[in-house]
Amino acid sequence: MNAVVIIGAGPAGIRAAQTLVAHGVRPVLLDEAARGGGQIYRRQPMNFKRSPVKLYGFEAPKANALHQTIDALRKQLDYRPDTLVWNAEANALDTLHEGRAIRVAFSRVIVATGATDRILPVPGWTLPGVYSLGAAQIALKFQGCAIGERVVFAGSGPLLYLVAYQYAKAGANVVAVLDSSPFSAQARALPGLLSQPATLAKGLYYRTWLTAHGIPVHQGASLSGIDGQQRVQSLNWRNAKGQHRIDCDAVAFAHGLRSETQLADLLGCEFTWNPLNRAWLPQRDSAGRSSVAEVYLAGDGAGIMGADAAEMAGERAALALLEDSGYLLSPQRATQLEQSLKEIGRFRQGLERAFAFPESWATDAADDLMICRCEEVRAGDIRQVVREGHWEINRVKAHCRVGMGRCQGRMCGAAAAEIIACESQRSVADIGRLRAQAPIKPLPFGLEVEP
Amino acid sequence: MALLKRLAEGDRPALDFTLDGVPASGLLGDTLLTAVLTCSEHLRGSDFSAEPRAGFCLMGACQDCWVRLGDGRRVRACSTQLEAGQQVSREPGRSV
Repeated sequence: MNAVVIIGAGPAGIRAAQTLVAHGVRPVLLDEAARGGGQIYRRQPMNFKRSPVKLYGFEAPKANALHQTIDALRKQLDYRPDTLVWNAEANALDTLHEGRAIRVAFSRVIVATGATDRILPVPGWTLPGVYSLGAAQIALKFQGCAIGERVVFAGSGPLLYLVAYQYAKAGANVVAVLDSSPFSAQARALPGLLSQPATLAKGLYYRTWLTAHGIPVHQGASLSGIDGQQRVQSLNWRNAKGQHRIDCDAVAFAHGLRSETQLADLLGCEFTWNPLNRAWLPQRDSAGRSSVAEVYLAGDGAGIMGADAAEMAGERAALALLEDSGYLLSPQRATQLEQSLKEIGRFRQGLERAFAFPESWATDAADDLMICRCEEVRAGDIRQVVREGHWEINRVKAHCRVGMGRCQGRMCGAAAAEIIACESQRSVADIGRLRAQAPIKPLPFGLEVEP
Repeated sequence: MALLKRLAEGDRPALDFTLDGVPASGLLGDTLLTAVLTCSEHLRGSDFSAEPRAGFCLMGACQDCWVRLGDGRRVRACSTQLEAGQQVSREPGRSV
């Protein structure tokens, strides 16, 4: 029989692997990174010495537990780090490992592909010194580096305050935090956020800590543009009081996260529009079953819910896989996991209210704003195609190449959808879904193919 | 001038490499991105404007940090470890 395969060794993938192993299954665990942990619990290289508390703060116990789990499981798994899954078809995945293409047949697969930052471009966002919030965190956590000498953090979402705090704590010069959500939105969100008081308390702690250490935190503050010759030299932002300028040499920004759904798409999963994520997501039931019998979904790759939820969803999806394979399991654990996931879902609704999506972004975007950084497609180019009568996003892509570059729309897709929707006066749910294409990441020439 | 600033983990063995033919040095455990951007300001030129780029996502998603190695391989700088003696070259990009 073909193997049970898990794609992604983050919180969801590791817990899924642990659950399968506990029931006597030896899964294949494919991960693009060299060391398991995913992004939020990403591990530093072997020869680095910082303690988990330094790296993960309050989350150190969770990060430790996850890393110890993957280390302890190694011999009971067919664990393949440094392995990119670049194509998926019925019952098989195409992988790339050290320049070799290897096909992995599967009987069932758990897709736990995680997320990347959701980016709403601003003028100057391609300048050296501008990074996503996730990137700024990786530079520090994984490489011990700050993205610059004088850093500004902007956008919205829980990562905004967390990364600013981590930077300041590590000794970086954090010049300002610009939160695009107004205070009123965060006050309205409070009831939903109170469903996870510990998480809420951490968020408030970061913010209070920043203010107490003299770092200006502005709410209702939008990044209007980044300036510089060859690299970042300053930025402009605005709030109700007007325009402001800050001298800085680095900027990290994002508006929350977006799910990595390409492999679920290539596997044939049906998608539905998810208003909370403002994105098309692969359909799944409360256990993580997709619309395709052999395919299970877990973690942020199936909808943004955070690392705690990812661990639970990974375990739940693995239990579902075992149930569907004929294992007799007591329903108690599954019910408990689904209940906890439901509670986190409520919190997530509160978060979405607190870090509201900036609805006016597309209206405010100037025609010369670069949307696609791979092929330098500007907002005006996209609008021109819409004015020619096209509004379906894949059709628009065919005409102006937005979403067609090397990143396959990971960085520009969400923004392009907003521009198309705004210009065609449709809801962003009504302009279609950017389809995934294999290979989902570039492959080298001279690929060796296993016979 | 460097783009990235080292804040921690400075106590690691140095690794020599070349950047566009010029001797440079990084630390064991650096990615190519870290090694290049702690001694210079960019990684590549854009394929459409030749404007400088220095990566963006650091997690293998944006594909904006590709550099070329002496053996002809093009690699993502954010997810490739620096090795001693590597000849890293930056592509200037093109303007349309």
